[in-house]
Amino acid sequence: MGSNDHLVGPRRMSSIQRSSRTARAVRHPETPIDEEYRELRLRRRRPALTALVSLILALVAAAVAGPAVAEQDGAPAKGSSTLVLAQDEDEGVDADDVDEQEPEPGLLFGTLREAGDGIGGVELSVVDDDGQVVGTTVSDDSGQWEFEVEAGDYVVTVEGLPEGIALRDDDGASREVSVSSGGRTAVPFQLGEATAVSGRAVLFAQQILSGLRIGLILAMTAVGLSLIFGTTGLINFAHGELVVFGAIVTWMLNAAGPQLHLLIAGTLGVIASGLLGLAIDRGIFRPLRRRGVGLFQLLVVTIGLGLLMRNVLLIWFGGEPRQYADYIGQQRLTLGPFGLTPRVLIVMVASTAILIGVATLLRTSRMGKAMRAVADNRDLAESSGIDVERVVSIVWVSGAALAGLGGIFYGVTLTVEYFSGFQLLLLMFAGVILGGLGTAYGAMLGSLMVGLITELSVVWFPDELKYAWGLGVLVLVLLVRPQGLLGRRERIG
Amino acid sequence: MDVVGALQTGLQSAFGTQAAVYALLAIGLNVHYGYTGLLNFGQAGFFLVGAYGVGISIATWGLSIWAAVFMGLVASVALALLLGAPTLRLRSDYFAITTIAVAEVLRLVANSAPAGPVTGGPLGLQFSSPFYAVNPFDVGLNLGFISYPVNTTWAMLVTWSLVVLATLAVALLMSSPWGRVIRSIREDEEAARSLGKNVFAYKMQSLVLGGVIGGTGGIMWAIVGNTVNANTFRPQATFFAYAILILGGAASRIGPIVGSMLFWFVLATGQSVVRQAGSAGYLPGGLAGPTALILTGLGLMLLVVYRPQGVFGNTRELSLDG
Repeated sequence: MGSNDHLVGPRRMSSIQRSSRTARAVRHPETPIDEEYRELRLRRRRPALTALVSLILALVAAAVAGPAVAEQDGAPAKGSSTLVLAQDEDEGVDADDVDEQEPEPGLLFGTLREAGDGIGGVELSVVDDDGQVVGTTVSDDSGQWEFEVEAGDYVVTVEGLPEGIALRDDDGASREVSVSSGGRTAVPFQLGEATAVSGRAVLFAQQILSGLRIGLILAMTAVGLSLIFGTTGLINFAHGELVVFGAIVTWMLNAAGPQLHLLIAGTLGVIASGLLGLAIDRGIFRPLRRRGVGLFQLLVVTIGLGLLMRNVLLIWFGGEPRQYADYIGQQRLTLGPFGLTPRVLIVMVASTAILIGVATLLRTSRMGKAMRAVADNRDLAESSGIDVERVVSIVWVSGAALAGLGGIFYGVTLTVEYFSGFQLLLLMFAGVILGGLGTAYGAMLGSLMVGLITELSVVWFPDELKYAWGLGVLVLVLLVRPQGLLGRRERIG
Repeated sequence: MDVVGALQTGLQSAFGTQAAVYALLAIGLNVHYGYTGLLNFGQAGFFLVGAYGVGISIATWGLSIWAAVFMGLVASVALALLLGAPTLRLRSDYFAITTIAVAEVLRLVANSAPAGPVTGGPLGLQFSSPFYAVNPFDVGLNLGFISYPVNTTWAMLVTWSLVVLATLAVALLMSSPWGRVIRSIREDEEAARSLGKNVFAYKMQSLVLGGVIGGTGGIMWAIVGNTVNANTFRPQATFFAYAILILGGAASRIGPIVGSMLFWFVLATGQSVVRQAGSAGYLPGGLAGPTALILTGLGLMLLVVYRPQGVFGNTRELSLDG
């Protein structure tokens, strides 16, 4: 078969690489001098490692104190009602809240958002089933509103909207709802830009902006994923949890507990993520690499680690999406067809700058070159004097720190949520494969494109399916150009 | 603390239909990964198409139960072909990422409101089938320590019978010449190719076979529960199946069965203990779900590093290096 012919070359290459890799894994434990040397180095480095681990523990402990303080501050429902089964994160919340409300009055509530931003100043009226107006309310700066009522049926109507905002569908100004005694009923309204009526072009512009925003964040997180794969051959299924870890540590330091300013909390969050990356490499993957554990086993270890971390984060943080305390409720800026809040603008500019910085460092700095060399051919890099293990550690630290920063940016522009890491992980995979597995620049390019595809699909297709489109691209790429946009042929065979 | 009660819950679930369904998923995965070396991380996808094949056929199209079972099987075969065509020629890590992504796409689509008229969207599908009408039992199974209701007894009999059937079929196939080729592909793809075997075709056959067995798990899940909901088919269903497979021992014949029983025993007992501790006030409530998953994750990590051959696996049979 013709298609087999050109596969022969690459295959031979990859099997040579593989055999040399196993040869190295076997060689290490058998050399006694190596062994002694390693023992020495281990002993020397252990204090540093202990210090790092205790630092992380201290940070975590400081942040754990967070929710307790938040509860005292008068938000008991939030702190304690958030332990929800992972299987039904969507449902369990209301049921939990029921226990804590007073039995008598029910509650109507909702959050008014437009493109992820809370819309304040929306006037709503509540009318009971006799046609009597029960009362009116106005949403706060984060778009939230609530209204206490007796049990019964009501009609909630949007009476007034701030300038530039409209309901997405014209018939949607009223909702008929019923409230049970002591129950909470969510009343959803779809908001959109008033100008969105003028057609698809504006929506298109808006979605390009959202796509760039999510694409830039994805790119930041995917660089680490791709570099870790490139240098160690490990597909890290726990990378999404590193993203969320950074966001949650920051939230704990910012919105709960010490209530540091977001910039300080964020810096600490990024440092904590980097340290966690280092701890994961030193504590788990480096020992396993030394044992010569196979790649499949490492893959399963990352899956186990991801599952573990995700649920520890769930217990720690709760199942609800939350927001940071600073930079919320901002006025939207309008730049031609694009409308966005200053914080989104700053996140986009910052992530672009960071990506350019990372790309430059990879190209020009000694360590960057060493990283690319190890990713390209580990054995050759080792034999030309590069300390591969040190490079791998630095890749883990910087990859995890970038992931954490991406998570914080994601939390700033949207919300902090324990489960978002796994969703982002699949999109990162799509981006990394689209760009070419193992290449740092490819990961950036691919992630940007996946972000754009995900958000632009909303222009023509249902909003709920946007992640499906992002992942669908992955399958399409494998059909058409499996090595990705910037990848090379011999990597895939 | 009611230790006996926790053990009872554990045993109850070790022999229950859920354990049987996951045993089917793990048998399918054993064909893929244990025997052929395919890193299928989308077993939840086969689980999903089997279950929705039945659910959509009965609830949406009003077909008979046999037609529904047939549709579930057809859907599993179709998914295997679609999944295998672009990815089986690529390296195993691509296959792993693609399978998990495709399974997740299927779940997102099934769960979305626009697909509601067919899949029921986020509400899922509820339906009734004549499955329990042909229940030959009058009383439920009572083993003294644990007991099951009448209908569950019938469901258990059918599902575990299918598990035994699948195990026998796989055991026979793997000792046939076909099975030897499959295992030679796992050991050394180049060697198999150099002997003139069409590796791609064999891999595809293995993917279809394991997918159909996994799909059967989905079919039974739908029939036994009379309901299908997309949240059942999260990626962790696949991770559970891998935990079961590694626990029982990959590439062993009865590994998936023993693994599934052990897995659900440990998981249900642990969950019960945590739940009791929660209601007694030792722990905050609502920890049972996350704790079970944390234990699964930890167990997977320790198992795959310290005892990768599982309980019954054979280290010689197995090179766990994907």
